[in-house]
Amino acid sequence: MPNKKDYTNGLPDPSQLKEEMLAKYPRKVAKKRSKAMVINDPEENQEIAANIRTIPGIITQRGCTYAGCKGVVLGPTRDIINLVHGPIGCSFYAWLTRRNQTRVPEGGDNFITYSFSTDMQDENIVFGGEKKLKEAIREAFDIFNPSSIGIFSTCPVGLIGDDVHAVAREMKEELGINIFGFSCEGYRGVSQSAGHHIANNGVFKNVVGNNDRPRKGKFQVNLLGEYNIGGDAFEIEALFEEVGVELLSTFSGNSTIESMEYSHTADLNMVMCHRSINYIAEMMEEKYGIPWFKVNFIGAESTAKSLRKMADYFGDKELSAKVEEVIAREMAKVKAVADVVKPKTEGKLAMMFVGGSRAHHYQDLFTELGVKTVSAGYEFAHRDDYEGREVIPNIKIDADTRNIEDLVVEKDEAHFRDDLVEKKAKLEESGYQFKDYKGMMPDMKKNSLVIDDVNHWETEKLIEFYKPDVFCAGIKEKYVVQKYGVPLKQLHSYDYGGPYAAFGGAINFYTEMERMLGTKIWKLVDAPWKLEPEIVGSVTVDA
Amino acid sequence: MLLRHTTKEVKERKALTVNPAKTCQPVGAMYAALGVHGCLPHSHGSQGCCSYHRSALTRHYKEPVMAATSSFTEGSSVFGGQANLLQAIDNIFGIYEPQIIAVHSTCLSETIGDDLGQIVGKAKDDGRIPEGKHVVQASTPSYVGSHVTGYANMLEAFVKYFAFKTDEKLRQVNLLSGWVEPSDMRELKRLAGLMDVKTVLLPDTSDVVDTPMTGKYQMYPKGGTTIDEMVSMGNSMGTVALGEWGAKSAAIALDNKCKVPFSMNDVPVGISATDRFIQALSTAGKVSIPEIISEERGRLMDMMTDMHQYFYGKRVALFGDPDTLLPLTEFLLDLDMKPVYIVSGTPGKRFTQRMEEILGDKVSETKFKNGPNADMFLLHQWIKEEPVDLLIGNTYGKYIARDENIPFVRMGFPIIDRVGHSYFPTVGYQGGLRILEKILGAIMDKIDATAPEESFELVM
Repeated sequence: MPNKKDYTNGLPDPSQLKEEMLAKYPRKVAKKRSKAMVINDPEENQEIAANIRTIPGIITQRGCTYAGCKGVVLGPTRDIINLVHGPIGCSFYAWLTRRNQTRVPEGGDNFITYSFSTDMQDENIVFGGEKKLKEAIREAFDIFNPSSIGIFSTCPVGLIGDDVHAVAREMKEELGINIFGFSCEGYRGVSQSAGHHIANNGVFKNVVGNNDRPRKGKFQVNLLGEYNIGGDAFEIEALFEEVGVELLSTFSGNSTIESMEYSHTADLNMVMCHRSINYIAEMMEEKYGIPWFKVNFIGAESTAKSLRKMADYFGDKELSAKVEEVIAREMAKVKAVADVVKPKTEGKLAMMFVGGSRAHHYQDLFTELGVKTVSAGYEFAHRDDYEGREVIPNIKIDADTRNIEDLVVEKDEAHFRDDLVEKKAKLEESGYQFKDYKGMMPDMKKNSLVIDDVNHWETEKLIEFYKPDVFCAGIKEKYVVQKYGVPLKQLHSYDYGGPYAAFGGAINFYTEMERMLGTKIWKLVDAPWKLEPEIVGSVTVDA
Repeated sequence: MLLRHTTKEVKERKALTVNPAKTCQPVGAMYAALGVHGCLPHSHGSQGCCSYHRSALTRHYKEPVMAATSSFTEGSSVFGGQANLLQAIDNIFGIYEPQIIAVHSTCLSETIGDDLGQIVGKAKDDGRIPEGKHVVQASTPSYVGSHVTGYANMLEAFVKYFAFKTDEKLRQVNLLSGWVEPSDMRELKRLAGLMDVKTVLLPDTSDVVDTPMTGKYQMYPKGGTTIDEMVSMGNSMGTVALGEWGAKSAAIALDNKCKVPFSMNDVPVGISATDRFIQALSTAGKVSIPEIISEERGRLMDMMTDMHQYFYGKRVALFGDPDTLLPLTEFLLDLDMKPVYIVSGTPGKRFTQRMEEILGDKVSETKFKNGPNADMFLLHQWIKEEPVDLLIGNTYGKYIARDENIPFVRMGFPIIDRVGHSYFPTVGYQGGLRILEKILGAIMDKIDATAPEESFELVM
């Protein structure tokens, strides 16, 4: 491996690295991959190819539409039976593997620990699976008595023509509980992202607005795109509670269908993971007039910024004072830890390839530790997550995107919040920003290498070139990277640690980086006799 | 309670599976292919299949698990996946340079009727497969059988493709192994070595999913059955096949193709199954059994008798795959334990027949079930009806174990919350010792944690 480069005067130009990566590819592949790699210049408007098909045969990080729908958006919600219609594997693999924690009140429902499947057999593929699906729904209702059932279609379902939506309607009528289906067959899109959109549509159509619960708090908000991995949402919930903001529903972590039903009574939607959930934010604004803006609770500074933005929105002196009090108190704790850790981490190099927002959010945490992000990219994001929302009108709608329904949303006159629309307009006049996601690239350094849908070959070359101190990705990449002697931090599952959100989470992350970046364990990798001149063997005892 | 909705009352289910004791075929095909040297598994289906299987295997082994995918989209699902697979073959040989691509199908490609044999044939005709390289394919529809079926199908595909009979007779024995850990594969080879029997083990995931940390990543680690070894299997004296569900179809295929006779054995878990394995190896390899093997056996027997009081009469619930459940049940009976509830999601009528043979009239209250709706939910309900003293199964068992306060021993796939299975075998006499150590540890930890102070024991 080459020696580590000198980054004191900025990042090195990675043009040669890019050339080397592309040189291995067949011509067509190289052409396509070239557009997905951008040598970043935050001053320029650069375009990146994102949300396009992965080339067959390429070892990708990406998963499927079903994973995005069942696993991500609906999976963390505890009071619904998520019934997977298909062969057994799809339900098995999405069973408890995403670490969505949930706190169940006494006597409450929690189906997250269960895996439900129709376990389709060959006769169901040949003769159709609707009958088995209906029977499975009846059995689930009989045994578990849930208040809602979601049906998730796996690949064969769409192909054999099972109509899960018709089955859902029929069973809803028969059983008198909320039952709805998702056409989230794995092949529907180019990645998990299609599944997020499908899930957003389904939840918006079938759940949001079902319950006009009377107001409970002075300030009512929803948090969107926070999945409570490792208890992240618990940290954020505690902050809201302390400052006196009523968190109605989180889409979706530590969440319930019940709370999503009255989520339309919120005064504000705050979006964490822009990629996976902006659709619901947009639709709720159109239908109910609830404004939304982007927040980030990853990183202490970002958390403070997000809390202040929320307080400013409500424009309430008492709330603002409380928010400042909490920030001051928590930042002191954060600073105390940062003062110890930062001298040990300053100047180290990180790269992160994950998700649709985490690869951006976590750069904030690393910056707080003086760690430079030399290269980053998303697994399933779109151009707007890289370049900012202003490019949305220019994004080419290809066949894969057209597959996914774009809901036509109409204003709900009875529930529409003209007062919020007015409030938004006023705030905008004073420079306050809504729907404001600028994307990852403007926040990254000049000459950092931005790569969408990074693959195994490119990962190898990145490690060889940058020799990073820490690499952030997921479980499939973890041990590949570590075999190189580079520690990998999983940013999907947090390596079973966390929480990393908000102030308490930042402290956890700092100490975790102190461990990962400070440990001497990697120095033991080479056996001592590998480092010394070879001892000459002898056949006699004396020699 | 973690599984708060599980009640004692068992209602008959025909359509709904809850908490499965199995998963789908392709993950087994992927695991089997990892046991071949220089081989890259390839999943012909949606990206999610490949991603899920790689994740499951990675979590289980804490090791790199590489595989490629045909990345189906809606278009390929409508028009067929041939173009995707052909392009994948080009890219894989060009970029990742394996010796072999082992393609398995998925429910998606099977449902649309993709014929892997035809597509691979076309790739060959088109000159897409470089000289000296190979593409092997197995049909592994997820809606038939289980992960074990996929493992068996991939194994059979390797044997059919590579094994070749010539006039040369080799003094070697084929070991076709059912789904076991790399540690077990290593142990099978060690035992054969002690017996002085030259063997070809297929598959062999040791030195593939248990590689040392060296600071260098190798996409194709040194382990795995080599092409030459697989070819030579056609000239072996005989085959010792271990596990009907995982290895029988490959053994039959090898017999049909190369006339290599086989003996069908249980996976050697526990003392009796290991005895039979040793005898089968001795017969196939035409060797006598050395004293050192008897000594190993004696050490296991010693612990079985020394600790008998802790095993006797204990009620055990177990779930997993038939090939390991059958000999494990037999082992528990050898210890005078009572395997009372046994569940496997993997279908096959032979399970009932074999279970009845093994159980005989030893334990009257045993309930067992395999195939559709034989799931962990049912097992848990049985446990709620009448409790057990020990639970054995994969990591998902921990939810039942905690709710019901049952000592729990992890065996099977996947184990994703503990380490050790990659390095310490559960097959052979040594493996028997490890199983006993685990069982005793679990049972005694509970005794220590719950015994009244006056009867808290130092010596046990």
